[in-house]
Amino acid sequence: MNKLFHFSFSILLTISTAFACDDYAVKEVSSGIYYHQGVHEEPSESNIGAIANVGFIIGERCVAVIDSGGSYLEGTYLRQAIKNKTDLPICYVINTHVHPDHLFGNAAFKDDSPIFIGHKKLPAAIAAREGFFAKTFKETLGKAYTGTEFISPSQTVSINKPISIDLGNRELTLTAYSTSHTDHDLTVLDNKTKTLWTGDLLFMGRIPVMDGSINGWIKTMTQMQTMDINFLIPGHGEASSDKWQHGLKKQLDYFTLLRDEIRIIIEDLGTIDQASKQVGILEQNSWELFEHYHRRNVTASFVELEWE
Amino acid sequence: MFNRILTLLLVSLAFFNVSAHAATPSEPLWPTLKIAYFGDKEIREAANELLVIEAPKRAEDAAIVPITVKSLVAQTADKYIKNIHIVVDNNPEPYSANFHLSPELGLIDISTRMRVDQYTFVRAIAEMNDGSLHMVSRFVKASGGCSAPAGKDAAAALARLGKMQIRMRKPTVGKPVQAQVIVSHPNYNGLQFDQKSRLYIDAHYVKNIAIAYNDKPLLSVDTGISVSEDPSIRFTFTPTEAGALSANVTDSEGQKFAHSKEI
Repeated sequence: MNKLFHFSFSILLTISTAFACDDYAVKEVSSGIYYHQGVHEEPSESNIGAIANVGFIIGERCVAVIDSGGSYLEGTYLRQAIKNKTDLPICYVINTHVHPDHLFGNAAFKDDSPIFIGHKKLPAAIAAREGFFAKTFKETLGKAYTGTEFISPSQTVSINKPISIDLGNRELTLTAYSTSHTDHDLTVLDNKTKTLWTGDLLFMGRIPVMDGSINGWIKTMTQMQTMDINFLIPGHGEASSDKWQHGLKKQLDYFTLLRDEIRIIIEDLGTIDQASKQVGILEQNSWELFEHYHRRNVTASFVELEWE
Repeated sequence: MFNRILTLLLVSLAFFNVSAHAATPSEPLWPTLKIAYFGDKEIREAANELLVIEAPKRAEDAAIVPITVKSLVAQTADKYIKNIHIVVDNNPEPYSANFHLSPELGLIDISTRMRVDQYTFVRAIAEMNDGSLHMVSRFVKASGGCSAPAGKDAAAALARLGKMQIRMRKPTVGKPVQAQVIVSHPNYNGLQFDQKSRLYIDAHYVKNIAIAYNDKPLLSVDTGISVSEDPSIRFTFTPTEAGALSANVTDSEGQKFAHSKEI
């Protein structure tokens, strides 16, 4: 009877959300480094906000989580995926930036008492968005949101002062960037395998979203082109050793095109309306979710480039 | 119009609404707002032969939503639009701007940028020199995903606080010309929570932008926290002689910024 009850209960759980814990796949990128690849969709109750790449690195002493998931529920799935691979404790939860798909799972790791790490400006970014995110995402994510908390980093990383953390014979280098995708982007490099987690400094397949500075991001992308690394895990899209170079070039070309075209419109005293109707429209077949974010990118870039 | 007590009342009303109905209030706020801002005065709705309001169907970036209001009837000394009030129903402070307009402006064509973080009606209410009120409105859908009405780079915004631009084409005397006044300002809305101090960051925003040509007022805008970071006012006017266009800005902490341009 008990068994039967348990059985029907788990069926219920399965149909109440689009995918259950068992379906939450993680893939090994390089030795001891796993990620769950987010879907190229808008966050919703059925995808539980699992739209970004999130994952973990296992050392000899403990585990570091890199981005915790797009909802409390995804955070619990990610945590379970870690427990399925290792018994080692989770000692760090690193957030690459403030966006919900990278940070909403933080509370799922509270019981592990990890050190939460983020960019120096992450706490301010959380403070500025917390109220708005809570209000909107409660509705967007429905049941998957329940339990979500805004946990600020207890340790931060400053620009030009990368830090190292040790997971036991496995050293990670955390680097904070000047304003690019946001004003508080952080990357994580596993020195042993030369695997880089870029957070949303790189989107592949899905249209990138500019929530920082177009000029800053273009500069950062240009520098990233010469990186000496073996594997790269972007914020969205497939991790690889050989595809990211093309992805980075494509993203850089997209923003360079936007900047060039917007500058011409500003020079001619054009408006945001005009720019969002004209700029970069030929790019529409090159990106997933173009309709959702392209005009936003143009709008946000426009008001920045007005001050050049 | 920017009565703080009234505002507080409305903010709490909006919050109550938000908590009771999730992201988008299901009860229209307008009937309450109308009484709060305009008392029992009659407002003629759908005044489409007098005014046009333009706004994107969807707020692409919640922090920057361009709003344009145009008049279809030229201003004359006898009959002119004295004020245009902008109300964004579901914003924390719905009463968003009040444009004081000169009869010399000719046809009105003004734009600004607003914060719009949830589904809402955006309204322009023209107040004629005879006191009558005429309204047009547009519905704006909220943006999706991670678009928050917060600034993107607070440090950059603060670093250039008070920096101003007047942008326009070379005008011809007697011909309408479009001009834009922008002032760099973070326009903190006072609704941002500081996690460390557990206090709200004080509101600090542009309160008024006054624009004059050869010291004769063209328009003056009372602005509030609905206006985007780096407030921008775009307008059309007709210079009748060579001279200087000037803009004076006052913020909520009493700081003043000024800029002018010879044309």
